[in-house]
Amino acid sequence: MVIRPILAVLLFAGAVVSAEPGGEKAPHWSYRPVRVVAPPEVPHPLRVTNPIDRFVQHRLATLRIDPAPLADRSTLIRRVTLDLTGLLPEPAEVSRFLADRRPGAWARVVDRLLASPHYGEHFAREWMDLTHYADSDGYLTDQLRPVAWRYRQWLVEQLNADTPFDVLTLRQLAGDLLPGATLEDRLGTGFLRQTLSNREGGADPEEFRVKQIVDRTEMVAATWLGLTVGCARCHDHKYDRVSQREFYGMYAFLNTADEINIYAPLAGQAVPFEKALAEYHLRRDKLLKPLADELVLLQARWEARLLEAAARPGRDFRWDRRWEVLGLVWGGQLGEGQLEGWEIVKRDRHLRTRDESDRLLLYFLSHGELVDPAKFKSLKLGEIHSKLLALRSKVPWPTRAPVMREATIPRQAFVHQRGDFRARGPAVDAIPPAVLPPLADGNLRNRLGLATWLVSGRHPLTSRVVVNRMWQHFFGTGLVRSSDDFGVRGEQPSHPRLLDWLSAEFRDRGWSIKRMHRLVVTSTTYCQSSRHRPEIETRDPANRLLARQRPLRVSAEVIRDTALQVAGLLSRRVGGVSVRPPQPESVTSEAYGNSWKTGTGSDRYRRAVYTFIQRTTPFAQGKTFDAPSPGKICTHRERSNTPLQALTLLNDPVFFECAQSLAARTLGPKWIDDTSRLRLLMWRCLGREADAAELERLNAFLVDQRQVFSTGEAAESAGRVAGVAARHTAPDEAAAWVVTSSVVMNLHEFITRD
Amino acid sequence: MTETVSHETVSRSLDRRLFLQQTAGGLGTVALGHLMSRDGLGAGTSGAAGDRSHSLAPRQPHFPPRARNVIFIFMAGAPSQLDLFDPKPEMRRLHGQPVPGSFLDGLEDPLIKGSAVVFASPRTFRRYGESGTEYSDYVSHLGGVADHACMVRSVYTDVANHHPAQLIMNCGTNLWGHPSFGSWVNWGLGNAADNMPGFVVLLSNSGHGVDGGASLWSNGFLPSIYRGTTFRSSGDPILHLTSPEGVTRKAQSGRLRAVADLNRLRQVRTGDAEIAARMANYQLAYRMQSAGPELLDFSGESQATHSLYGLDAEKTRWFGTNCLLARRMVERGVRFVQLYHSTWDDHSNLNANLKTNCDMTDLPAAGLITDLAQRGLLEDTLVVWGGEFGRTPMHEIRRTSGPGSDGRDHHRFAFSMLFYGGGVRGGTVIGQTDELGYHPTEDAIHAHDLQATMLHCLGFDHELLTYRHQGRDFRLTDVGGNVIEKMLA
Repeated sequence: MVIRPILAVLLFAGAVVSAEPGGEKAPHWSYRPVRVVAPPEVPHPLRVTNPIDRFVQHRLATLRIDPAPLADRSTLIRRVTLDLTGLLPEPAEVSRFLADRRPGAWARVVDRLLASPHYGEHFAREWMDLTHYADSDGYLTDQLRPVAWRYRQWLVEQLNADTPFDVLTLRQLAGDLLPGATLEDRLGTGFLRQTLSNREGGADPEEFRVKQIVDRTEMVAATWLGLTVGCARCHDHKYDRVSQREFYGMYAFLNTADEINIYAPLAGQAVPFEKALAEYHLRRDKLLKPLADELVLLQARWEARLLEAAARPGRDFRWDRRWEVLGLVWGGQLGEGQLEGWEIVKRDRHLRTRDESDRLLLYFLSHGELVDPAKFKSLKLGEIHSKLLALRSKVPWPTRAPVMREATIPRQAFVHQRGDFRARGPAVDAIPPAVLPPLADGNLRNRLGLATWLVSGRHPLTSRVVVNRMWQHFFGTGLVRSSDDFGVRGEQPSHPRLLDWLSAEFRDRGWSIKRMHRLVVTSTTYCQSSRHRPEIETRDPANRLLARQRPLRVSAEVIRDTALQVAGLLSRRVGGVSVRPPQPESVTSEAYGNSWKTGTGSDRYRRAVYTFIQRTTPFAQGKTFDAPSPGKICTHRERSNTPLQALTLLNDPVFFECAQSLAARTLGPKWIDDTSRLRLLMWRCLGREADAAELERLNAFLVDQRQVFSTGEAAESAGRVAGVAARHTAPDEAAAWVVTSSVVMNLHEFITRD
Repeated sequence: MTETVSHETVSRSLDRRLFLQQTAGGLGTVALGHLMSRDGLGAGTSGAAGDRSHSLAPRQPHFPPRARNVIFIFMAGAPSQLDLFDPKPEMRRLHGQPVPGSFLDGLEDPLIKGSAVVFASPRTFRRYGESGTEYSDYVSHLGGVADHACMVRSVYTDVANHHPAQLIMNCGTNLWGHPSFGSWVNWGLGNAADNMPGFVVLLSNSGHGVDGGASLWSNGFLPSIYRGTTFRSSGDPILHLTSPEGVTRKAQSGRLRAVADLNRLRQVRTGDAEIAARMANYQLAYRMQSAGPELLDFSGESQATHSLYGLDAEKTRWFGTNCLLARRMVERGVRFVQLYHSTWDDHSNLNANLKTNCDMTDLPAAGLITDLAQRGLLEDTLVVWGGEFGRTPMHEIRRTSGPGSDGRDHHRFAFSMLFYGGGVRGGTVIGQTDELGYHPTEDAIHAHDLQATMLHCLGFDHELLTYRHQGRDFRLTDVGGNVIEKMLA
């Protein structure tokens, strides 16, 4: 890890500052330093597999409650496979685990899953919720961001590699500022690039830039601090001790970061690109040479007019408008940094990179005519523009990626009164809220300083907030139930000592996320049965004591992925560009100008994490099952239960296609009887043996449906119902199996992790 | 198992009873309270004042309501109030002249720059009804129901960008992720409909979808059962309401029965109350599959009704269908129907484009008011007509204008909206604007004031209808809003 020594230096700078915030009364629990606590003794040490259990069982013992028994093995492997990879265990994996009677069987399952490439896909989605990832800009025009996926790809890779959390933090907030920043470091700042961009004519670019910084400030506060500071944007926070000035103190860390896209070659792209680029520049220079001076002068005049309009608006609305347009349309439909055009024009010509100059020239040639229409014509600049485009089209440009960089022109932050971007109050410097530890002397007052401060070890919130979200992932709710609010109005932790113990483990042992996940899922507490316990229901209705596990409806993405998985349709390819699986056309025509060109081949069956997210018309099945709005930070998803979900699972052609494929798989094996097939079906979907009553009911249904599809109106449609399942048998028989398969896929248990 | 889906009543009642036995612990699941109260077993939690579980049980508001339902006709893109509702004859005199500097002092609106000239409306206005309210020739049908209307000419809002301003009018704030009006109402009142969701969204347009898309009918931070359900004007009225191709109703009912039986076996074994909620939702889904087509089937409506809504003319059919659907849903207990028509964003060619939109919507919207009044439904149905802001008195200066291509820019300082029925005072005009229609001169009314007033009609104190989220109590009216007494009957 190259980054380690750098981090050590950065952290050392702050090692000696006292963490105690000066205050008249005792500070709120979450602002106090994390305590190092020893796990307590428990009456039945045999029930304990690791210290987590000591904390939980100690508490239960004082209330004279026994922990729940362990869940059975088939439930356990289904639970942990869903929790760690978002997929179901394959039947063979279940069988192997059931048969593995050697010690360490559970640990072997857990380690296999932690090493799975699907682990990163599953946990990337949580970061995408925090940063409200999308493949489009949002707002009226909602233009596409064709390279947004590079951040998702980065996340999947980092999580699979178990990049320590402190390094993840540095890279996501300030990867570009790390000394000797690599491409891998810089790609992390895609975290900050998920804010919305307004390219609607008439939008004031500065207003929406300020909104982006506010959004990023809230994102940082929610992700690392568990604080909702949004209220302080307009006024002093009513409950928490975050004043409006302090909000803008946090804002100031992010205010000088600008959006840009960089060339981030994928494997095999770099060498041919560099070769072609040299050739391109030769030809380009040759093309421009005859008019070199005149062109430079003309463009300089154009830039001067723009800058004049920027500095003194209201003199000539045509130039005001030109300046505004540059700020709105630059890099649209490519997901480029929206204000990069402004920044390039503002910078002295000699301080621009060759690539910047080239892209600005292209913009000038297509948008600059107003400066001197006659000259534009006489120099034939329209023609030059086309020729330049033709030259560029020969270059195999490498894939770009959205990142941040520090502004090349300093920018002062101000308090914005009432949150209004126009109402500038006093200037503010980058400084953390006073209730939290101060910035160390050596820390820079920029994003790197902010990131370093967040993971500095003496920070009371970061490790608590992050392990609490982990707990939420594995138990449905966090130890602090309000995982988005560790402030004064948030809830108290159910197990404060456990929370601190976990926080210290995480922080003091290298910030390994996988290590923490392993710790939790190998605890007895995690492995408890989720069965309802009527005897303690009244004492602990919300299961805060953890006297059992909890059945949880799985996420929108997992519902789709597992349906495809049991159908044998799921593409297991990891990474790549976003895809557009089928969905009803009426969904995408709801918002302005959107279109949805449905993917073909395996693109129809990729994992849901790769589904293209258009902000104004998010994927319908996702919305139905509580995928969060792609415009808002989400630390905790709803788990609703609605009739529209029933309609989707029953009737959505995608899910019905899954039932057809599942039936085809079930009918595949020769020479086995109905009961064996039904058992196989249940085994595949639910990961367990069906019991007698279930088999009886399913069998009765199967018999009934054979009858239905062999007579009358239904017989005629049997072939359409059967789909691919008709490959194996007669249409009426196949159709009966399709609807039987669909019954199993509509069971509550199928979309629940017990 | 003795029940069959062909005997739905029996089956439903059985399931409900089972459901009740097993969830008597009071887990706040969907439909539990709903079923309870419909069975007359546990009518309503204590409504707005009590501990509101996440259920759809019908609930009482804070005080006796004047309106039980809302039909909000949202005209997205900002219709020009100066060419429809707010006549300014004085503008004729100033036509083509620069706007007097006094109007622009201190103005920082990004769209309105200094060199604009006044654009007098080419429309003719006349007075309608006993109230004598003026409407332009483009909206003569709305003029015909003038005596039912409370016209507010002095509405203003905070921003002059479409999406943020649409969010303000629909969700009370220009931030994403907040609940829409319909979600608040659905959460506050529960769902009184038998076979339908309580908050339904209908879309129509003249070429584009609505700018803000789903964020305008989002449940925001409220539980997702309160989200607006989008009906469509073509294809499935509700997503996936049609059984898969070839699956007959009989096969579908068999499928649901098997799912119910197997879920029940599982529930007995695990004691998981969520399974009961799942079962109830499968049943509502199944009822929606039959109620949906019936809702859409207009064959029982008289020819007069068809004509009233303009269903027999190409231009008005789409919007008229949605208006009639809105009435039919209100009759079936749907609390909040939101219609979107877009777009009224006439930066250029205002004369032609405005006429297109008015031709599509004027007759059906007036037909809806007439029909509701005739059926006695207008008394407790609040109907609203309006957009996210208005349009400038100056003509558009961003584009080169040829003859007849004049348009108007975005204007947030003063615009007009219409309110009907449900406790508002018909045949009135509230608010006045200056001679250019630039600023209100009397009764300036903010979007939050309108929301506070509408909630008042529904029986809510807008300051008390709050939801705790991320440590703060949020409400539809954010930190503003006053009930406008003048608007009330």
